Amino acid sequence: MSEIAEYIIAALLLVGGFFTLVGAIGLARLPDFFTRLHGPTKATTVGVGAIMLASVLHFSVNHDGIGISEILITVFLFMTAPVSANILAKAAMHIGVKSMDDTRGKPWEQ
Amino acid sequence: MFDRLNFPQPWLSLLLFVIWQFLSDGISGASVVLGLFLAWLIPQITQGFWPQRPAFIHPWRMPMYLTRVLMDIIVASVSVARLILSPRAPRPMFVCYPLELEHPLAISILASTISLTPGTVSADVSDDNKTLLIHALDAQSEQEVIDAIKTRYEKPLLEMFK
Repeated sequence: MSEIAEYIIAALLLVGGFFTLVGAIGLARLPDFFTRLHGPTKATTVGVGAIMLASVLHFSVNHDGIGISEILITVFLFMTAPVSANILAKAAMHIGVKSMDDTRGKPWEQ
Repeated sequence: MFDRLNFPQPWLSLLLFVIWQFLSDGISGASVVLGLFLAWLIPQITQGFWPQRPAFIHPWRMPMYLTRVLMDIIVASVSVARLILSPRAPRPMFVCYPLELEHPLAISILASTISLTPGTVSADVSDDNKTLLIHALDAQSEQEVIDAIKTRYEKPLLEMFK
């Protein structure tokens, strides 16, 4: 494997790891349920995206063919993450989870 | 019994078949048979969830839209990461977003886009499909959030579905 490809793969893995870590920190640090919802949905987008790119690059440089399954996994994640976030938010509004004090605007009742 | 053997959504069936071939290790007799079976079964099961056939008018605009969304995801996740790591408290806000889109598939694409781009999560759609409730993590004003979504995402989707 060429050295440049290895550096790129390493950089992508680091970026992916960083954003996943930040997502986890957000989950722990943010003040209320609705803001915490932002952490995990974001970590999957950039974190998983970068790690997937690294994996595709690694296997195509090693001549194992382009990893279509990695791309598909990412596509499935991107399609399902918003749905789960949406359902979580809906459930939270339904049971009336408190949002932090200086939240402007209100979730509606219906 | 033969009218059960049709493909109500040929494009969905084709997509499922192709994806199944990629997911299985190389194309073989078994993967083709199973792929055909799944391409028939899944549209049959999910038919009830598609009351209206999805109608793309300009599907060739989709790649451009996806590129823009990807760029936005990268830019916005950096700013969200900075917010999470900085000591200042976020300024969250619920935003009622007036929808111009009418097609259910278009609305769900817009809602997914909003959830995927960092800083906003779509929380609910009103029963009449006219308003989208969005939770923004760190927003200056309601109008700013609405304008950003309207110009960046809803306009291209409107062109795609009208």
